[in-house]
Amino acid sequence: MMNAPTENLRPSGAAAADAAPALDVRDLAKSYGDTGVVNGLSFSIPRGTCFGLLGPNGAGKTTTLRMCLGLVEPDGGSISLLGHAVPKEAREARIRVGVVPQQDNIDPDFTVEENLLVYARYFGMRTAEAARRVPYLLEFANLESKRDARIQTLSGGMKRRLTLARALVNDPDLVFLDEPTTGLDPQARHLIWERLRRLMGEGKTLLLTTHFMDEAERLCDQLAIIDHGRKIAEGSPRELVETHIEPEVVEVYGDGAVRWMQGLGERAQQLASRIETSGETVFCYTRDPAPLLDDLAHRHDLRYMKRLANLEDVFIKMTGRELRD
Amino acid sequence: MHYDFSLPAFSARFIPVWRRNFLVWKKLAGSSILGNIADPMIALVAFGYGLGSLLPQVGGVPYIQFLAAGTVCMSTMNAATFESLYSAFSRMHVQRTWDGIMNAPVALEDVVLGELTWAASKAFLSGLAIMIVVWILGLAGGPQSVLVLGVVVLIGLAFSAIGLVVNALARAYDTFTYYFTLVVTPMAFLSGVFFPVQQLPGWLQIVAQLLPLSHAIAMARPLLLGQWPAQPLLHVAVLLLYAAVFAYIAIVLTRKRLLT
Repeated sequence: MMNAPTENLRPSGAAAADAAPALDVRDLAKSYGDTGVVNGLSFSIPRGTCFGLLGPNGAGKTTTLRMCLGLVEPDGGSISLLGHAVPKEAREARIRVGVVPQQDNIDPDFTVEENLLVYARYFGMRTAEAARRVPYLLEFANLESKRDARIQTLSGGMKRRLTLARALVNDPDLVFLDEPTTGLDPQARHLIWERLRRLMGEGKTLLLTTHFMDEAERLCDQLAIIDHGRKIAEGSPRELVETHIEPEVVEVYGDGAVRWMQGLGERAQQLASRIETSGETVFCYTRDPAPLLDDLAHRHDLRYMKRLANLEDVFIKMTGRELRD
Repeated sequence: MHYDFSLPAFSARFIPVWRRNFLVWKKLAGSSILGNIADPMIALVAFGYGLGSLLPQVGGVPYIQFLAAGTVCMSTMNAATFESLYSAFSRMHVQRTWDGIMNAPVALEDVVLGELTWAASKAFLSGLAIMIVVWILGLAGGPQSVLVLGVVVLIGLAFSAIGLVVNALARAYDTFTYYFTLVVTPMAFLSGVFFPVQQLPGWLQIVAQLLPLSHAIAMARPLLLGQWPAQPLLHVAVLLLYAAVFAYIAIVLTRKRLLT
């Protein structure tokens, strides 16, 4: 099953995308008591692509992943994971799946290398077979020098990379990544992103949950924004920005920003198609920022900046600005 | 919230789970064996010879010979209980090792079975070590004493299964203190470890009849002294029943805890 090392050429993403989807989820539902956590969610991930599941805390992302892995039984709907019906054939499906969980659960009783070898046995791999794969995995995780290191001596970024390497011991076709870069510094995040792009280059399918919009924008071919267990938007990052939001944003901030906005009165509608405030900052969404910038140029008491609208603006528009805890 | 009562579908994937624990144990084997054995051995020698010298024969033999079977059974029970409570709880709840394993193609019942057989294996080592001391001190009465090791296996399975039920219900390590003081220690006193069950009041003797440890001791004591137990099939059946029923309960409760 895993005899071929992954350096071998695998079908490119585009060619493999014609085949049956790697994951197909239809009308998925799950409630705890009276609370619906997932309410009729459907999505499909073509092979060789990266799909993002975006949503605020408590939107149902992790529950969805756990149902797709067969760890939580859905109340309704159907899941097909690599051609296997889940949860019925979850064990068979998981042979070809890798998982990077939200919380690291690397085995603290083992070294880096031992972690990889022990984990490979859970997939039924022989020790020799797993040992052949270790050099590739250590290189992938940039942990060659840490082969015999104890887990307690690793930094947060190293632990995350080891978790990623561990998810690849079985050379999976599909990798689940539940908030893979949460808590990492920018350098560590960029290294993870680079490695995830490499996996996509090898033709692997990725399912990513995140609430970092830049991460989703960089990595995902398609993404779905979910809230309260429902899909509220789906498309490529570019499509979502083009469809759901004005192309440019002027952010005005500082002590006088809110007063300035209130003072605009009737003119507000001419200057921006939509204005939102969050704390001390005023967000003006517009197709033509020129008149707004002219107005602001006379206001030396205000600070402002103009930028292109991005996925975060879409996300905030669709899920609201109030805090989710 | 509903429980999943479906029968467990075990697979050979429980073996890597057992092996994982074995590899960790191997790293620290020396100190672990010593710690496991020193305590019951000191108690056996101190009480057996010290207290025994003040006592007439107990159950027809010198007190230390009487105590030997009780000590083997009790330390096997304690080893199985410690491993299935504290160690399993660390792996399940604190380190989340079980979550990691279940992301691989290993089902929850395989994880529980791997932990159960591992705790029973460690308990077996504990019982074996005490038996070696028993043989060295010349306390065993005949070749039947080898069969005590079979009883040790059954004790390990039964008490690991019971321990995993407590583990599935535990909120924190504190829970285990209650289990030891309210269940394990009273069981040792009621099951004939230190004195014959016949010394108990009548109603307590009936209670003792229901406890797995008294069935283990009712087999181990005659075997260790070179005799045959009166009702071996009953005792074996009771211990196996405890192991099977509690393993099933442990799986149902652990499903509820980890898979919802």
